[in-house]
Amino acid sequence: MKIIFQINGAEREIDAPPMKRLLDVLREDLRLTGAKEGCGEGECGACSVIVDGEVINSCLAPVCQMQGVSVLTVEGLSRDGWLDLLQQAFLECGAAQCGICTPGMLISARSLLDANLHPTRDEIKEAIAGNLCRCTGYIRIIDAIERAAEPG
Amino acid sequence: MAVGQNVLRKEGYEKLTGAARYVDDIALEGMLYGKTVRSAIPRGRIKSITFDPDYDWSRVVIADYRDIPGDNYVALIENDQPLLAETEIRHCEEPILLIAAESKHEAEIAARHINIEYEELPPLLTIEEALNCEEIIHGSGNVFKSFLIARGDVGEGFGQADHIITGEYHVPHQEQLYIETQGMIAIPAKDSMTVMGSMQCPYYIHKAVKQLFNLSDEQVIVIQTTTGGGFGGKEEYPSMIAAHAALLAHKAQRPVKMIYDRAEDIAATPKRHPGIIRHRTGVMSDGSLVANEIDILFDGGAYATLSSVVLSRGAIHSQGPYRCDNVRITARAVATNTPPNGAFRGFGAPQVTFAYEMQMEKIAAELGVDPLELRRINMLREGDITATGQRLTWSVGSEEVLNAAVERSGFIEKRRTISQNNSNGSKRRGIGLSFFFHGAGFTGSGEAKMKAQAGVEITPEGRARILSGSTEIGQGTRTIFCQIVADELGISYDDVEIEEPDTSRVPDSGPTVASRTCMVVGRVVQVAAREVGEKLLRFVAERFGKADAQLIEGWYTADGRRLAGFGETAREYIDLHGELRAYARYANPPGIEWDDDTYTGDAYPVFSYGADVAEVEVDMDTYEVTTLKITTAQDIGRAIHPVLAAGQIEGGTLQAVGYGLFEELVWDRGRVVNNRLTNYIIPTSLDAPEMETIIVEKEYPYGPFGAKGVGELPMDGAAPAIAAAIFNATGAFVTEIPITPERLLAALEDMSAPRASENTDHQ
Repeated sequence: MKIIFQINGAEREIDAPPMKRLLDVLREDLRLTGAKEGCGEGECGACSVIVDGEVINSCLAPVCQMQGVSVLTVEGLSRDGWLDLLQQAFLECGAAQCGICTPGMLISARSLLDANLHPTRDEIKEAIAGNLCRCTGYIRIIDAIERAAEPG
Repeated sequence: MAVGQNVLRKEGYEKLTGAARYVDDIALEGMLYGKTVRSAIPRGRIKSITFDPDYDWSRVVIADYRDIPGDNYVALIENDQPLLAETEIRHCEEPILLIAAESKHEAEIAARHINIEYEELPPLLTIEEALNCEEIIHGSGNVFKSFLIARGDVGEGFGQADHIITGEYHVPHQEQLYIETQGMIAIPAKDSMTVMGSMQCPYYIHKAVKQLFNLSDEQVIVIQTTTGGGFGGKEEYPSMIAAHAALLAHKAQRPVKMIYDRAEDIAATPKRHPGIIRHRTGVMSDGSLVANEIDILFDGGAYATLSSVVLSRGAIHSQGPYRCDNVRITARAVATNTPPNGAFRGFGAPQVTFAYEMQMEKIAAELGVDPLELRRINMLREGDITATGQRLTWSVGSEEVLNAAVERSGFIEKRRTISQNNSNGSKRRGIGLSFFFHGAGFTGSGEAKMKAQAGVEITPEGRARILSGSTEIGQGTRTIFCQIVADELGISYDDVEIEEPDTSRVPDSGPTVASRTCMVVGRVVQVAAREVGEKLLRFVAERFGKADAQLIEGWYTADGRRLAGFGETAREYIDLHGELRAYARYANPPGIEWDDDTYTGDAYPVFSYGADVAEVEVDMDTYEVTTLKITTAQDIGRAIHPVLAAGQIEGGTLQAVGYGLFEELVWDRGRVVNNRLTNYIIPTSLDAPEMETIIVEKEYPYGPFGAKGVGELPMDGAAPAIAAAIFNATGAFVTEIPITPERLLAALEDMSAPRASENTDHQ
């Protein structure tokens, strides 16, 4: 099945079985390996991407539903090799340890900040509740998202 | 200075942009996908293996034990675990066959066309069943290993005691649950084998693959890819996966990738040892401990693997950071027909810490002594002697951590007032504390035998490069090693780099385990850097005729004048001498002695200390427990990187919250039934308490810049602190974790606990 969609701002056309998971299309067909598989059943959030403004688990989304959509993955956050504010805040706060949850965590945080410029800590916790991290205890991830949301 | 600064993580950019390459992100030309066919029964014999004649077997490559050129075992301590079962099955999910196919899907299909018939034998599934000995599966009594630690005379101690208090504590399996599942890629060549993947210990795998094919050191190359969490779970089992991938690659003569899915990873790989720990403690009326008998039982699973060393660490830590002149500790690891248990952050200590801290709570309650006061009365201080007879001579931050956690949390005031707020409503609050310690580095003579090696070299560009087999698994190895070398050489952090862990390029620094990377290997790295620095200094002194030249802010300086920069000097040295590199090996500090036969002496060169205060809210309708806040103070000698160190403490503490409240494996006839993230529950951001972390720095004179171990200590304290807070909130003394609503309800229904089960009237 031919699918045409936007990935990180660029139009891409792929030919894949309709039920192939978006995660596999990203990782195998497009070689965008930032999104990870941690569980394959929508629990860990490591495969999170933004599709038309909504965070989804790309391990649960068949690619046939992606016709004409716009997908943002972690690779689409930095510009010309420069980290965006959120990535920079993650780096400075120590929000990434092993890094495997980081792409999904950044995506959920990006989506939150797109909708809510100044979230409270509770709103941040809620926004990343679907992204499991085993390293950090979440404290520094929440700190980083708070820092990225600070004005100026 | 780089040490003590929160410099940016060396591999941070790659991790934040999605550019970091984890093993599953790597695809090679002609690569096949490997799959493991596993046993469906916990104990028995393979009667037959049938390959469906209707399936086209030319589509796949199959390997079994007969394809192993070397010996059929995973190289570890006892070498008792086969790489592939021959006829005997000792646990569910034991590897029997390997399949390689063009796709994961094809390998799955092939597996469905294989039928294995078994002759089943009665399995031993629990510690109790193992000790009943109705079936014998190991040795004469189903015991892999036992230890005795004896100090003083417990009989005499109990004779003096005003009270004797007993307690029995149960601790569960725990799954490491790194978010990146296990995986390896093996790449065959004419006379060599390269394995890359997710791992903590490249040289463990190097040894395992060498013996698998009877290859030499140079013929096997092991490369660590970016690793998405380990927590001990990638200490020993990656050797198994690497050997499987290599065996398939060897047979297929093509690269083979094996990535476990979550279900296989949870079901088949090692977990934290479950255990039963009994205390019988003699106490004086003022609360001082005079005798302690401790019995430890750990379930080792079906093979010995690492159980002996997990048990050893558990036994040594089981008396806790408390003085007692008469101690008798017996410890056994038993064999059962369950998947082997293995390394998980803490390595035996979290189990015994739950037990000794709950025992302290029980003693305090029964004697009517304040639990904080009880800790203060008995805590180990500098000059005191541990259960193995080790005199603590340096870097003892016990009092500082307890005071810091108590003061910062407002423990005393909250403890006094909290009960007044609990009279109304269905929610009750409680506050509890724990006090604990953790020995860094290998136990006993381990480090002295290992003699970990690391090196530092100067690159042709005049930068320093670290050569070490220690791995970055998220904890910050790459960053802190570079900080240590930067400061030792006197150059900028940005001018230090670290070689990829690749056994053809870095020496064996020992495994990345046991809170040893910073304290032990970091020290070796520092010594190697010192040697490089001294060589350069001598070079400068000769060249400029300045014997008193010094390196100041990257410049060799004498008489207040800059002679030359570090980089250019290093480049000149290399032009002249070809290379500039130094290796160093670890040696214990002076006076450290350990006797393996009597289990006495200096079990670790130094201990780290911690104290946790947990505040909880218990819903008395649903019996759910919410951890509101944890205040933790940890003495780690020196924080090379305070943000990374705090990250270790916070992350470890949350894993311990999971251990105490949520994480439970459900077993059915030796098989894990909740092997999914849907039903094996780890803490989410909504379960994470507020945390306040206080780093206490009692410098250790033989650590790099004073640093001790930090990796495992945070895993020890939170579970008992939460259980103590629940006790404070509800009066329910829960002796088994995780404290699920069901267990709390059961304990509330049995509110007679705790009760002195034995009292002596001392004449």
